[in-house]
Amino acid sequence: MRALWLAEGGEFVPPDAGAFDLPPIFWGITKPMLLLVLSVIIVAVFFLMASRRLKIVPSRFTFVAESVYDFGRNNIARDLIGSKEFKPYVPLIVTMFTFVLVNNVFGLIPIIQFPTMAHIGFPLALSLLIVYPLWHFIGIRKHGFVGHIKHQLVPPGVPKPVLVLLVPVEAFVKFFMNPITHAIRVFAAMFAGHLILIVFTLAGEYLLIEAGGLLKPISVVSWAFAIAMTFVEALIQVLQAYIFALLAANYIGAALSEDH
Amino acid sequence: MSAIQIAQDVINVNKGLSLIGYGLGAIGPGVGVGLIFAAVINGTARQPEAQSKLMAIAWQTFVLVEVLALIGLVLFFIASSA
Repeated sequence: MRALWLAEGGEFVPPDAGAFDLPPIFWGITKPMLLLVLSVIIVAVFFLMASRRLKIVPSRFTFVAESVYDFGRNNIARDLIGSKEFKPYVPLIVTMFTFVLVNNVFGLIPIIQFPTMAHIGFPLALSLLIVYPLWHFIGIRKHGFVGHIKHQLVPPGVPKPVLVLLVPVEAFVKFFMNPITHAIRVFAAMFAGHLILIVFTLAGEYLLIEAGGLLKPISVVSWAFAIAMTFVEALIQVLQAYIFALLAANYIGAALSEDH
Repeated sequence: MSAIQIAQDVINVNKGLSLIGYGLGAIGPGVGVGLIFAAVINGTARQPEAQSKLMAIAWQTFVLVEVLALIGLVLFFIASSA
């Protein structure tokens, strides 16, 4: 909206990162906070409604919920953690998948139009406060503190001189880059994707209203691209939710895995 | 605008340089994504039944490669506003 009133001078001002700074609605509560609470309510109501009156042959709605749950349980948790120890972590993986999915899809729904993961704080909280401490906790519980560090930093079968170079690199990647990129991946995808949609939409509006007569039909091209990018954005949103849960399961599986 | 302000705007090349930096940084992930899906196409051509397994692996590795380009894009926004 800031770009709109700046453009009244006749110059198109492309939106930058400031387009995501939304003012608080009341008492310091901002729109992403409300969307977060709404997504929790949606996911909880969805699964609670589907799990009432379970029968041997599920109804259509229960079947959809069971498909989502099976996807998180089989394709993500069991394949990445292993079939022996994956069961305690299935609720976490399914919850993270559906939670990130609903929050991402908020970017396309007409009135809401804000993917909450486009603010870096939300995926950072998921990654640094949930997945990363859980990874350490599981590893320390299974292998002990020294065993966990050794298991993560020292791959088996590596000659000693290579270890001098390998251990700092492994420590940097596993203790620093993995949690940060885990969060940055979904943040950057949502941020960049939503910014592309904003640019095409605002450019079409500027071309239609402010630009000279010959440029006005070009706004249709701009809006056609906005529609095309919306479909791409929908695919990316589902994919990013899948990858977030997949990598969380991967880190948990890495903490639990036995030496080969 | 005063002469000093115009001169300062002229020599502020942050936006341009950071855009060039992002463009160079997007070469690697572009090649990487092309290689991933070339492998998927080749594998599907040799054995069509393996398509679903190959596509699953392809999406998992695609996101790892794409994050490098996206980190570049985010850093462009950070560098161009500083």
